Amino acid sequence: MKSNRSNFVRGFLAAAMLGVAAQAYAVTEIQWWHAMTGANNDRVNALAKRFNESQNDYKVTAVFKGSYPEAMAAAIAAYRSGNAPALLQVFEVGTATMMSAKGAIKPVYQVMADAGEKFDPKNYVAAVASYYTDPKGQMLSFPFNSSTTVFWYNKDAFKKAGLDPNQPPVTWQAVVAAAAKIKASAATPCAFTTGWQSWTQLESFSAWHNVPFATEQNGFAGTDPKLEFNGPVQVRHIADMQDWVKKGYFTYAGRKNEPEAKFFSGECAMLTTSSAFYGTAKQNAKFEFGVSALPYYADVAGAPQNTIIGGASLWVMGGKSKDEYKAVAKFLSFLSRPDVQAEFHQATGYLPITMAAYELTKQSGFYEKNPGTDVAVKQMIVKTTDKSRGIRLGNFVQIRDIIDEELESVWSGKKEAKAALDEAVRRGNEQIDKFAKTARQQAP
Amino acid sequence: MAMGKRARFQSQWLPYALLAPQIAVTLVFFFLPAGQAVYQSVLIQDAFGGNVEFVWFDNFKELFNDPLYLASFKVTAVFSVLVASLGLVISLILAAFADRVIRGANVYKTLLIWPYAVAPAIAGAVWMFLFNPTLGIVAYWLKLSGVDWNYLLYDGQALLLVVIAAVWKQVSYNFLFFLAGLQSIPKSLIEAAAIDGAGPVKRFVTIVFPLLSPTTFFLLVVNIVYAFFDTFGIIDTATNGGPGQATEILVYKVYKDGFKGLDLGGSAAQSVILMIIVITLTVVQFRYVERKVQY
Repeated sequence: MKSNRSNFVRGFLAAAMLGVAAQAYAVTEIQWWHAMTGANNDRVNALAKRFNESQNDYKVTAVFKGSYPEAMAAAIAAYRSGNAPALLQVFEVGTATMMSAKGAIKPVYQVMADAGEKFDPKNYVAAVASYYTDPKGQMLSFPFNSSTTVFWYNKDAFKKAGLDPNQPPVTWQAVVAAAAKIKASAATPCAFTTGWQSWTQLESFSAWHNVPFATEQNGFAGTDPKLEFNGPVQVRHIADMQDWVKKGYFTYAGRKNEPEAKFFSGECAMLTTSSAFYGTAKQNAKFEFGVSALPYYADVAGAPQNTIIGGASLWVMGGKSKDEYKAVAKFLSFLSRPDVQAEFHQATGYLPITMAAYELTKQSGFYEKNPGTDVAVKQMIVKTTDKSRGIRLGNFVQIRDIIDEELESVWSGKKEAKAALDEAVRRGNEQIDKFAKTARQQAP
Repeated sequence: MAMGKRARFQSQWLPYALLAPQIAVTLVFFFLPAGQAVYQSVLIQDAFGGNVEFVWFDNFKELFNDPLYLASFKVTAVFSVLVASLGLVISLILAAFADRVIRGANVYKTLLIWPYAVAPAIAGAVWMFLFNPTLGIVAYWLKLSGVDWNYLLYDGQALLLVVIAAVWKQVSYNFLFFLAGLQSIPKSLIEAAAIDGAGPVKRFVTIVFPLLSPTTFFLLVVNIVYAFFDTFGIIDTATNGGPGQATEILVYKVYKDGFKGLDLGGSAAQSVILMIIVITLTVVQFRYVERKVQY
């Protein structure tokens, strides 16, 4: 019996070694789970295909896994049953969850160093990369698709309302003035609306005015941040917006990107939403539209600073073989190439993640041919501050839901701005505490 | 095998063997997940399962100290009562009329049964498209007639929308059972009552409805369970639980906290509570309501 078992073990080991030897000659295949839909899904597949054709040792298979939260939930379930993909696209609000999952992930800088790939975080656009960087400046995940919040306006409606279509409002005060004219002239039934209200009107808004969203550098410097987006600047803005609802300047149309439809259908003349709306707007709008920087309050010192990114990054999952990590490293190097980046940036409207890709696009004359496409880039390529670098919070997904709920109660007139933001901060802090409880033993 | 007229098993184990698949399915697909939920409800853990801690009933305590969770009970109660009562009343009326129709009866019946073939998520999406303040045609008419329609903002409108969608979807199912129930009532009874001078309403109240009570009771149980669980897809596609938490029923909150929020312990605790509620409701219905049912 005993000899039988040791024979079996020996045989198994031999087979395993053979397997390893065989693998060295075979193509290493890795899976990349993502959440890109429509045209962007095609871009992702094209990237994988181009990488696979560029060499013979590695093969990347891109797999669509549903919306961002769905893809993340699927990967978590897969990890728990031991079948995680090598590479996973995670939206920005999932960053803290991924970071605290030590063992489940392998930091990108480590993957690159182990594989001997050249990798310098300084080559990446600071405001983009810093969102995914640890306090020591090491990149934990790879920024893939990032966009930011910009202002869109309907030039035809501006003309009808007697506004200069080439002078988009720069400040919120100017937005109100424009809204009043649009309303008075009935150029469009709705003057202003906003997509992603938490992101545009509170997260990006705070960074843009260089006021904190949460303590501990918005959560970057510690594991126990407290929310503080109920400061005077934010309260003033939300109270203003409530006033605009009452005056009929601002029409609420949903939490995510639903309001975008109101813009390209011509119903609303002004919109704040993601810069990645460009492709959709170009395809659907039957009028001339313009893109400009997110408005700000001119009397707030330090504004405008920079806006905050949205979008997703690629995380490398833990527990993979050396060859698989090598494949991941090669693929990430490929994605960083200026020509690959520039092409992705131009086709999708997402931000370029390296300065080289930005320069390349600029030289090609793309921004002149497509006015407005550089607005988002210009909002981002400034030196960030402790308050504007980004936001990193545990349970951020729930916090955004809470903010949405509280803001809705402001728009419907049930609550005053200050009371709603105070309540959102209180409920949000509970979520952060809850997250800290589960992540406590893993803190660095 | 030698068999008499009565089926009788010769061996000791055969009956168990024949029952085994059913029991196995029940164990694997019902008891195992339910047990898992109970187990997870006393733990807190991060999403990846790297850090698991046993916390006794902390998850439950937290839930009952959360005013928003308690608010979700109220939403669920209002929603379920509306869905079950409206669904039963409307379908009973439709069935009563369909039972009396002579010409084209099959067409009516077929049309009335159609919505049942629609998946809840699709039903939610269809109604959402009709009433969406941006895209919806009905929303457009409402605005033309001066109604400030925006269910993304107003609680009552959102609740109304999901109730309509949920009822619309369930009416077919109820209709089918009511119609079958009506058709199984002996015509002679009704004729006898008619000869005695009872009008259609009187006949319905005193003869038809009591004879329908087993069907009504069955449908009541099914509809309550439907409102509690199966309406998830409608809520998800039509309102996402909003605005605020106006349409966040218990089962939707389980999903949201578990899958979007990745709070597995809290979500498991909620599903345990939900399980207890449904078991209690069903027991109550069978113990007390069923007594009034005449088979």
